[in-house]
Amino acid sequence: MIPDHLTILVVIIPMLGAYTTLLAGWVKRRFCFPIAMVTICIQFCISLMLLYQVMKTGPLHYNLGNWLPPWGIEYVIDPLNGFVLVVLLFLSLLCCMYSRRCIVDEIEEKKIVGFYTVFLLLIAGVCGIAVTGDLFNLYVFLEISSLAAYALVASGREKKAIFASFNYLIMGSVSACFILIGIGYLYIATGTLNMADLARLLPPLYGSTIIQCAFIFFIVGLSIKTALFPLHLWLPDAYSYAPSAVSALIATVMSKVGVYALIRILFTVFTPAFIIMEIPVMELFCWIAAIAIIVGSVLAITQTDLKRMLAYSSVSQMGYIILAIGIANSAAMTGGILYILSDAVMKGCLFMVAGAFIYSTGFRTIEDLKGISRTMPLTAVAFFIATASMIGLPPTVGFMSKWFIALGALESGQWFFVVIILAGSLLTAIYSWRVIEYMYFRDPDMAHQAAVAGANDPPASMLIPILVLASACILCGIFVTIPLEVIEPSVTRLLGGT
Amino acid sequence: MKQDVVIRTVCRLIVPFIQIFALYVIIHGASGAGGGFQGGVIFASSFILIGIAFGLSDARQRISEKANTLLSCTGLYLYAGIGVLCIVFGGNFLGYSFIPLPLDSAATRGLMAEIVEIGIGITVMAVMTSIFYDIAVKEDM
Repeated sequence: MIPDHLTILVVIIPMLGAYTTLLAGWVKRRFCFPIAMVTICIQFCISLMLLYQVMKTGPLHYNLGNWLPPWGIEYVIDPLNGFVLVVLLFLSLLCCMYSRRCIVDEIEEKKIVGFYTVFLLLIAGVCGIAVTGDLFNLYVFLEISSLAAYALVASGREKKAIFASFNYLIMGSVSACFILIGIGYLYIATGTLNMADLARLLPPLYGSTIIQCAFIFFIVGLSIKTALFPLHLWLPDAYSYAPSAVSALIATVMSKVGVYALIRILFTVFTPAFIIMEIPVMELFCWIAAIAIIVGSVLAITQTDLKRMLAYSSVSQMGYIILAIGIANSAAMTGGILYILSDAVMKGCLFMVAGAFIYSTGFRTIEDLKGISRTMPLTAVAFFIATASMIGLPPTVGFMSKWFIALGALESGQWFFVVIILAGSLLTAIYSWRVIEYMYFRDPDMAHQAAVAGANDPPASMLIPILVLASACILCGIFVTIPLEVIEPSVTRLLGGT
Repeated sequence: MKQDVVIRTVCRLIVPFIQIFALYVIIHGASGAGGGFQGGVIFASSFILIGIAFGLSDARQRISEKANTLLSCTGLYLYAGIGVLCIVFGGNFLGYSFIPLPLDSAATRGLMAEIVEIGIGITVMAVMTSIFYDIAVKEDM
């Protein structure tokens, strides 16, 4: 009985968990963390079972309320969803584990109940986006997760976080409006909201202005959500002023689900035939992505605050995924989807390390971290591995994904973008090497000697997620065939006709 | 303003009607115009009216912050509970007609949809009131 309903349970369980957390926190505050942890653990197991089922028997379809698809809401899981769902829940699990000790300093005690409630709501929203096969349902879950993210960003003690969250709220709402208008136009033109049904009904309408308008609204809306350059302005503040556990969560889970939604709408709803033949949008994507890679890295080089540097580096990393989408051949798409995994793993690790430095020493700026590797060796090593992956050194997963994207660019004859990928790696090396040099090869400043000498690796509940992610950077690179087994069928499905 | 007899009397008169109308809107959600959300908002407006006319402490006595938390969770449990109940009886999530009641399929669907609407109504009422409390408290400081 239960195996048939896993698709819906992955969304229902965090919702129920969120409200149980709220009630339990009312009885005793320390019940919140275990409930949240158990909820996400169950979900992670479910996502693994779903992926296994999808790989074995093909896409799973689930009709809510037993209404048949074009009328009712349908949840569909194909290899792409299954893969993204596993990545998202893996990261959520580690972020939740990390948050327990990390938020003690950063969040007022009475807000902890609310923190875990909203945390689970965000995960419910994100999972909803990942499993749904209905366009309007996607919008609803996008709003749930975004509203939860605004609240989480503002939850810390940092005063600037409130302004950052407000900024994020305004930009997020604009993007949600755009997406909603896009959905509305599609509904006017076709009378359906089901993605598969839309893909079937759209081809005869490709020439119509209303569909093209809808398409542009979707692109702009989702570009804001994924912080694609030059619409990334909300991102640096939101990532750098949020509590560290939240930075790690939204930098991985929220941004990756935005990319997933973009891929899903571009390739499943509008189909490659439309985006490649009808509107020359892919070329545009490539160029914007190229600018994002370079400008994001250059801006990261100019930062002095570690979390802020990582935030700008997120803008540049996002460029790689968009570049892969823009090139849109099978090698590049493989690289792009693998990049969802690799960026989640390495950015999660880096933000957690930045949070660990703040936890142990209170230092936020890069210059203060001189000589920190002597007292926090494991954290420093994790940082080194994750940056190596971000630069794209073999055998890390970052190298594999960049390799595939570069391969795709070469196959389609766009050698210029290969140069961009290499230049981006070089710039990444510049800004991350600066941090590594300070950590390993400099002596601490006089003023900070006591703090650096007194620092320790963070407690186990923070250290384990950091080390798991750091080793994942290497393991996913060496055993890259395992994720590729899932990614290849999903790429074939996405590129379908072409 | 608290001393104003006209406002307080009118408020006292109108609140029961607002609440009855809210219940009407919630109950007719599945079969007619209205629904859980609209009804919940109307119900919350009666508490907001009490808060405006009699002061916040008076409204808090009638429905406290804790009661709001409890009610908002109850409503959601009601919703999700019906959904899970359908799974237990072998349907899909929210597949109302699978719940074995001695009624025909359409009537079961209608009844279950009403319960879900009531759940939505309770949650919306509690959350709207609690938002009003939060905004009003900030004003005091």
